[in-house]
Amino acid sequence: MIDEQNAERPAWMAALARASAGEIEALLRVAPPLPPHLVIRGPEIGLTMMRGRAGGDGAAFNLGEATLTRCSVSLADGTLGHCWRLGRDRRAAELAAVLDACLQGDALRDALLAGVIEPLRARQAEAACLTARRAAATEVRFATLATMR
Amino acid sequence: MKPGFTDPVFDSHEGFSALMQAMARPGRIQRCQMLRDLPKGLASAAAAALLTLADAQTLVWTDAQGEAREWIAFHTGAPLVAEPGRAQFLLATRSMPELAALNPGTDEIPQDSATLIVQVQALDDEFGWWLTGPGIEVTHRLSAQGLPADFLQQWAANTARFPRGVDLVLCAGERLAALPRTTRISETC
Repeated sequence: MIDEQNAERPAWMAALARASAGEIEALLRVAPPLPPHLVIRGPEIGLTMMRGRAGGDGAAFNLGEATLTRCSVSLADGTLGHCWRLGRDRRAAELAAVLDACLQGDALRDALLAGVIEPLRARQAEAACLTARRAAATEVRFATLATMR
Repeated sequence: MKPGFTDPVFDSHEGFSALMQAMARPGRIQRCQMLRDLPKGLASAAAAALLTLADAQTLVWTDAQGEAREWIAFHTGAPLVAEPGRAQFLLATRSMPELAALNPGTDEIPQDSATLIVQVQALDDEFGWWLTGPGIEVTHRLSAQGLPADFLQQWAANTARFPRGVDLVLCAGERLAALPRTTRISETC
């Protein structure tokens, strides 16, 4: 259930999951200080099975395993923050979980959204755009194959 | 939400070792003190045993409510079922479910049976029942406070259907003792 106030939660969790520990720490240096937290689980590293579908809509198959790091923290008022991210960056997972918890409260939300999440999202959008442009420049269209399906 | 194991690997090894020793020597008390800060209603040994045994692939039943129930769901990752008969692992925090209602496995696959963890008020291996059976050279003593009044009848019926049957783990605070389905209990020497 996503309540009205935290409608943006999936978006900020996604932005945090893609950011490196260094990036988050650099942005936090100019943001208000984070409250103390208690680690509930992790940060721990495991594997997750990535599944794909042939052609995007075929039968699901196991593509391979990827490393995954997860962390859950709790603030003094009981708010829980979670982070699951690809890779093995424990520090980033813990920071992202703390930020997720802080972003759910009113006290820090606006400052953190403006100071941390927006710059991360802008940077990530720019990087995605650059990758897409590089890929588009080398695209080959198999027009005959496409019509045979 | 309270934390679970601080070191999931070594703490669950310790829990597994305690459970294995307890099952191998029915009635002998083992200690499990890995969990110190727990939600209300959960005892340290019982919670450690459940975290050790249950994972996302086991069906768990518990009568714990509120924060304790959330804690179990979060830290084990196991699906919680409403009917005791479907569960592979059960944690009774208040009153023990009927042993006859739990999954006893089948004659072909007796290891599919349920394991029931019960929180009792007190556990002592100096006095009480006389236990005999595999893992016990002569006799072991065990006393548990807070089991149902007809527990011994239920237990006799449980041992009678061997190789099927339910295994029991009794927990009080940090103390833990096991009663595998092969252990016979009598009130007299």
